[in-house]
Amino acid sequence: MTFLLQQTVIYTVPLILVALAGVFAERSGIINLALEGIMIIGAFVGAWFVRIMQEGGWNEDAAQGLLLLALVVTAAAGALFSLLLSFSAVKMKADQTIGGTALNLLAPAIVLFLVNIVFQQNTLNLRYDAPSWFMLFQTDFGFERKAKLGLVGDLLLNKTYLTTYIGLLIYVVLAVILYKTRFGLRLRACGEHPQAADSVGINVYRMRYLGTSISGALAGMGGFIYALTTSNGAANGDVAGFGFLALAVMIFGNWKPLNIAIVGFLFGLLKCISACSGTLDINGDGVYLLAQIGVSTYVYNMLPYVITLVVLAFTSKKSRAPKAEGIPYDKGQR
Amino acid sequence: MADNYVVEMLNITKVFPGIVANDNITLQLKRGEIHALLGENGAGKSTLMSVLFGLYQPEQGEIRIDGKRVEIRDPNDANTLHIGMVHQHFKLVECFTVLDNIILGVEPNKLGFLQKKEARKKVVALSEKYGLLVDPDALVEDITVGMQQRTEILKMLYRDNEILIFDEPTAVLTPQEIHELMQIMKSLAAEGKSILFITHKLNEIMEVCDRCSVLRKGKYIGTVDIAGTSKEELSRMMVGRDVKFAVDKAPAQPKETVLKVSGLTVPSKLHHNNAVKDVSFEVRRGEIVCIAGIDGNGQTEFVYALSGLEKASAGKIELCGRDISRSTIRQRAEAGMSHIPEDRHKHGLVLDFPLEDNLVLQRYMDPRFQKGGFIQREPIRAYAEDLIGRFDIRSGQGPVTPVRSMSGGNQQKAIIAREIDLNADLLIAVQPTRGLDVGAIEYIHSQIVGQRDLGKAVLLVSLELDEVMNLSDRILVMYEGEIVGELDPKTTTVEELGLYMAGAKRNKGKEASAS
Repeated sequence: MTFLLQQTVIYTVPLILVALAGVFAERSGIINLALEGIMIIGAFVGAWFVRIMQEGGWNEDAAQGLLLLALVVTAAAGALFSLLLSFSAVKMKADQTIGGTALNLLAPAIVLFLVNIVFQQNTLNLRYDAPSWFMLFQTDFGFERKAKLGLVGDLLLNKTYLTTYIGLLIYVVLAVILYKTRFGLRLRACGEHPQAADSVGINVYRMRYLGTSISGALAGMGGFIYALTTSNGAANGDVAGFGFLALAVMIFGNWKPLNIAIVGFLFGLLKCISACSGTLDINGDGVYLLAQIGVSTYVYNMLPYVITLVVLAFTSKKSRAPKAEGIPYDKGQR
Repeated sequence: MADNYVVEMLNITKVFPGIVANDNITLQLKRGEIHALLGENGAGKSTLMSVLFGLYQPEQGEIRIDGKRVEIRDPNDANTLHIGMVHQHFKLVECFTVLDNIILGVEPNKLGFLQKKEARKKVVALSEKYGLLVDPDALVEDITVGMQQRTEILKMLYRDNEILIFDEPTAVLTPQEIHELMQIMKSLAAEGKSILFITHKLNEIMEVCDRCSVLRKGKYIGTVDIAGTSKEELSRMMVGRDVKFAVDKAPAQPKETVLKVSGLTVPSKLHHNNAVKDVSFEVRRGEIVCIAGIDGNGQTEFVYALSGLEKASAGKIELCGRDISRSTIRQRAEAGMSHIPEDRHKHGLVLDFPLEDNLVLQRYMDPRFQKGGFIQREPIRAYAEDLIGRFDIRSGQGPVTPVRSMSGGNQQKAIIAREIDLNADLLIAVQPTRGLDVGAIEYIHSQIVGQRDLGKAVLLVSLELDEVMNLSDRILVMYEGEIVGELDPKTTTVEELGLYMAGAKRNKGKEASAS
């Protein structure tokens, strides 16, 4: 049980972060279909950066500092890549769905190209095993190796990553920004009724650039966190549809941070079950219950996606997207 | 320098590609007055106000506030100069609260964090002072149009604006709400605020304004004191010729029933309720029956169901004795229905097609316009030229003009030509004069009366009270999807009509006896 929840948290953090990325873009009025692509870029840039630093002789004792630095770099990379989307959508007034799709095609192509050129292989791996460098154990928090921490303690303080805390912190900060600050109010106004925002002197174009850049930064980080914590930091131009899953979480969560956290955890659990189901007996503390049911692991693998489909089919009618999302704002049109 | 002018716009010229929207216009606003800006559509009123509000930069001329020359580059500059505007289409975020909408752009904050408490105090104080009752915590989407307008006014007052621009504020209001708005405007002026009131409704100008400036085709015609003028003079200044206010028509002579609607119910797309609830009535040959009501009370859905654009969930529609409840749109047209739609861009025209193709949209399948499925260009051209001549449709390149490039009035004329030439028994005209100028309105009204006199049944759906009162032979008032009253335009008053439209009165019993 503990193992399952630990794994769930690991999946949930990037999922919520990337869903929140979607929120910030869409609340400003830009549909960010490129979440998947930005994640791919983030995962690649992060892995490359960490590898370079490791090869440059970064000390394992300061691994957490490296992780922090990598997060900053991936956020910057994501924000930069998302500028392609905001430039086409805001400045060129292009169709955002097409722009986002183009980025989703572009990202894996660039990544595979670079990985092949630079490393002469199809996958970029970290120099050293990711969990051994970055995973935090209860001993890191000053507890005895054998000490019992209980369920909550195990969840928060054992076999976890620094990114989990940072992710949660970012989530809280951003949710507060969205609802309690001047910036949040203005951002939301731009996604709902840009003409209204413009008429009270808010620069809609700037808000949309900002919203999309925040979105890109979050998705970039999310991509790296995902790669680091679930696939040993490997970057191969693929995040297994995680960005689209995050979009589904955003829609199912009705563009609201609190709902997204709940939905994100739910989807994280499903995704985790599917990922764990194949390795149930390996870790020893796996989920015997699931193995004993005797359902094919393929069913578990399908679950998150099937449920996404079903859930969206039933809830999308009630969902309330930002009204002006996807519509290029033209100052001349009134 | 005239020191009692709070705003002076001197010799303003604004040119758009191909058109001079404002040609050397001068407008002077005194402190504490209500000043009307009168003109037809396209006269340049909105352009002039956009210049004052900083949305456009004029090519020539200067603006003075309190006698000092100023540059207004964007709405922020206008706000700094205490100029505020209630736009025709409200600039409100629907899923925000009233309070959030009011503070948006000038949010009181500490380190970026919103401080709503003081803002709320100020808003409540202002709304009490001017009688603008709105709940600051209500969501904008939940309140009435009248309250939304008050929110817009509060937005200006919250910013301590001294110069208030109202852009066609009464278009969306009931007569009662209009009356309240007039009171509010008067009390604002009494407090020393200066008001610019953009409108083309002469009655309202006569009631509330001190002075009136008139624009025509981008040119400044003159400024008059309301006390020393009349509606007739104002309209002459506005249009450039004498205008008849009453529509010329003989009493109706209704004959047999053409359209019979019984128990029609249409589900709403917006909410779980029905948009149209159990509506029954008849329209006979030789009469104009008008469905009046405030926008959004089910008229649109009703017409959709009648014309076949949407499915009704219950009820029966009979046209000339034939049940067409389940017929397709084309079958209905063939059974004798023509339809001038509410939204001419969405349902009336293919904007990027040439005029001639739009004129045969309903009859391209006629043997005279196609052979074996191939369009016959020459007969279509000839037919289009005939209609263009008969209905005086003006366009740049005749039959091949892209409809998008035509003026609204001529687009509407094209639709009316097409629908009237179908020679159907029933003409459904929905908001046929929406957004058109006085000259075009006169023309369209005479066409509709002409159809009636030819023995057609006409069903008019209108939000314009003047149109309802002048054009119709019978008025049915729709309120929240129901017909709540039947009125005779000869015996009723605008005030009474307003009470029905606002749902304050109903006389359902009368309907059966009259039809």
